[in-house]
Amino acid sequence: MTTSPPTPAHGAADTADDPGHRDGTDDAVYELTVNGVARTVEGARPTDSLLHVLRDRLGLPGAKNACEQGECGSCSVLVDGVLVCACLELAEAAVGCEITTVEGLTPPGAEPGDAALAGAILTDVQQAMIEAGGVQCGFCTPGFVVAIHDLLDRVPDPDPLDVREALAGNLCRCTGYGRILAAVEQAVTVRGNGRSR
Amino acid sequence: MSVGTSSTDVQAPPARGGSAGGHVGDSPIRPDGTPKVQGRFAFASDLEAEGMLWGRTLRSPHPYARVRSIDVGPALAIAGVSSVVTADDVPGASTYGLISPDQPVFARDVVRYVGEAVAAVAADHPDTARRALSAIVVDYEPLDPLVDPARATAAETPAIHPDGNVIRHIRIQHGDPAATGDVVVEGVYEVGMQDQAFLGPESGLAVPDGEGGVDLWVATQWLHEDRDQVAACLGLPHDRVRLHLGGVGGAFGGREDLSMQVHACLLALRTGHPVKMTYLRDESFVGHVHRHPARMRYRHHATAAGDLVKVEAEVLLDGGAYASSSSAVVSNAARFACGPYRVPNALVDATVVRTNNPPCGAMRGFGAVQVCFGHESQMDKLATRLGIDPVELRLRNALSTGDVLPTGQKVTGAAPVAECIRAADAHPLPSPAGDGWLERPGGVGRTAELTNVRRGVGVAVGFKNVLYSEGFEDDSEARVRLAGGVASVTCAVAEVGQGFVTIAAQIARTVLGCDAVVEPAGTVGIDSAGSSSASRQTWMSGGAVLRAAQLVAAQVRSAVAERLGVAPESVTLTDDGRLVSASAGVDMTVAHAAGGEVFEATAVHRHRRTYPLDDRGQGDADVSFVFAAHRAVVDVDTDLGLVRVVQVTTGQDVGRVLHPTQVIGQIEGGIAQGVGLAVMEEMVIDGGVVRNPSFTDYLIPTVADMPQVLATCIEEPEPEAPFGAKGAGEPPTISSTAAVVAAIRAATGVDVSRVPVRPWDLV
Repeated sequence: MTTSPPTPAHGAADTADDPGHRDGTDDAVYELTVNGVARTVEGARPTDSLLHVLRDRLGLPGAKNACEQGECGSCSVLVDGVLVCACLELAEAAVGCEITTVEGLTPPGAEPGDAALAGAILTDVQQAMIEAGGVQCGFCTPGFVVAIHDLLDRVPDPDPLDVREALAGNLCRCTGYGRILAAVEQAVTVRGNGRSR
Repeated sequence: MSVGTSSTDVQAPPARGGSAGGHVGDSPIRPDGTPKVQGRFAFASDLEAEGMLWGRTLRSPHPYARVRSIDVGPALAIAGVSSVVTADDVPGASTYGLISPDQPVFARDVVRYVGEAVAAVAADHPDTARRALSAIVVDYEPLDPLVDPARATAAETPAIHPDGNVIRHIRIQHGDPAATGDVVVEGVYEVGMQDQAFLGPESGLAVPDGEGGVDLWVATQWLHEDRDQVAACLGLPHDRVRLHLGGVGGAFGGREDLSMQVHACLLALRTGHPVKMTYLRDESFVGHVHRHPARMRYRHHATAAGDLVKVEAEVLLDGGAYASSSSAVVSNAARFACGPYRVPNALVDATVVRTNNPPCGAMRGFGAVQVCFGHESQMDKLATRLGIDPVELRLRNALSTGDVLPTGQKVTGAAPVAECIRAADAHPLPSPAGDGWLERPGGVGRTAELTNVRRGVGVAVGFKNVLYSEGFEDDSEARVRLAGGVASVTCAVAEVGQGFVTIAAQIARTVLGCDAVVEPAGTVGIDSAGSSSASRQTWMSGGAVLRAAQLVAAQVRSAVAERLGVAPESVTLTDDGRLVSASAGVDMTVAHAAGGEVFEATAVHRHRRTYPLDDRGQGDADVSFVFAAHRAVVDVDTDLGLVRVVQVTTGQDVGRVLHPTQVIGQIEGGIAQGVGLAVMEEMVIDGGVVRNPSFTDYLIPTVADMPQVLATCIEEPEPEAPFGAKGAGEPPTISSTAAVVAAIRAATGVDVSRVPVRPWDLV
């Protein structure tokens, strides 16, 4: 017999008998604004990284867990518009900030966090990554997508140095970056032509 | 150029995405592309299940030690810890292994490398599991580790494993061993330990079925082989251990061996709960095998005119503590030690030994990568000695179809070696280094003084086998079902990022003339597809999909003929998936002709039989070979020893391009790993301890490190391969390293004999 397949993380609450309890400290309860939606985080530990809370508490596995020391960029998210590695951010420190993950990137005209829209319509960068061949195993892809959005939102017509500098914090082991650079070029062209956001 | 050979510049393949269409030769978008760019694609580390526990592994801190005792009591006493398992809890076979089962599931009496699994825990939270590990008390008696592979075979060195210290020794003797040349060049070369550094960590979720069996969703390269090994260790029949592919974040050989598979299943069966195990990066560095470090001694004999007369090679590979795929790696090193050249006389002696270093096994191009650095360094030495241009010397000796290899095997398929070399060399050279930040060695740090920067150009060519060799049967099975105008493909191929899912759908679309979907891969209801390695899936599983689709098309043709009341032969099946009969006035796609009926066929693809090598290393061990040449351009700051790889060009033998964008992706990605081995990637092992198990300290190329890549695919269809396509994954990694080092030598005049090249090797 087979069992039904497991699901991607959907944010089951921790039931841990965590050290905080025995140490007499309280678990934190706080609210994070993720992709435009207020999310309550219960039973969190003060030491929980933003990456852990996003992936394992809030059911947003788009930010990936490749190195967990800020070297690979697979967990790239935007906090108040600043590109960060979620693994290096304390979740609690992001209270009051606008957090945007790959799941919250939306095409032009949409509000951030329109989950239905984010799931249904690809952004220009996402479309370019697929068409140009920037995706192989895909583990680095969400981080690259967020980083490229960050770059093009800041610098609409980047030169090669801008691009390489902006993406040097994102490791990819499959592509050798050639098709990712082609995707950036395609997205720049598409935006320049006003065909999309 | 040989007859039937054409070359295709694939530097800028047209993006033909956007639709689900796309036949063989087009570049349709990946079917998994959309969920991957949205962050919705479920990698193995993203999975969870109701009531799930977290597993973690306790690993040896010693390279070699006796285990006097293990006390798991303090760990079990921690609230939230459900189970702790050790060697005593393994119900089936206590050891496992890809080729020979020599590695314990958990160490019992002795640990043989730093990172060897000793125990595993399941707990309600990753942190609880981590605390449980530190509560387990293991009493070790450290032993003197064997860390120098050169010492492994010495008479006074005790065996560190019951199977002995020599994993495999191969001797190839071909032609006249006494032959000599007018000139002789010698060299000793070393290759450091490279890591696959796939980004998705080892991960899996084991779910007990409540009846003593288990389902495992896992990131792997070969589901059925994992299933067989896991079932043996669990003491369960195969049908009670069901593997399903979890999303795989890259592999490159590093997922051929088991990592967390048995541990997670064992914990799930013990606790009755789903158990998830995901390695952190430092654990990943010791949780999978690596590329074998190599020491090689070469002697090349040639005529004064530059014809190779004889190659002598001694190769020593460090296999680390357990065998993994070492016996296949050393065989590749031996068979390809002389390079893709006509070598009438050869003496090759290759050994892989056991040490207390981390185990080594498969990584992209295994065996061939190491010896390519050796034989190509020698060809440059020979060119210098003879005063012949390095490209000319290679062309003069280039292997071609009909030539005989040092194994005595005659090359019967495509062997466009000269075409690869010419194509790599035909690309324009880059302009001289400018003052831009990206153009200097040292990058944006601007540490290099332009007056100290020297440019060099180097070439290299390499080859290896496609498909498994030496008599191994690596069949693949696939099923194609045509229903409702859509073809669905079932095949147990591990999609690791290479794009098999795209290729499989292209093949089904091409044969049946309709859209196609690829079903999830697993061990239930379909036989093995073999491993996603040895550049074999396009050929083997692509071949199985092709055959199954053709069977379906033939069924539809029979049905149509019956409907029309004509002989099936009077209805023609075209190459683009249509049924045509001028007499009956029929011209429609196979899928359309199928109408509401359902057709299904299962097919197995087998390649031609291969044979083991005899005691002189002779035998038809291989089905086919792939070739590639690379030309590298580097700028070196001779004062600081900093290298910037400016450009890598390549001519690659691919048989036929099935998907231009995916082929260029394989070429660029493979070159990145070759460049990494040339100038930055090395696992630093000190006394058996990995000193740099992180992406902070083990550096892989970033986008700022990557050179311009210009690629030409040489398309000479391989007669025995489906569509003539050979597989493209490994060749980019084989000779790109050697080309970069040749360029560094040309720039600096330093006789570099070791990779990766470090700054202090150059100043």
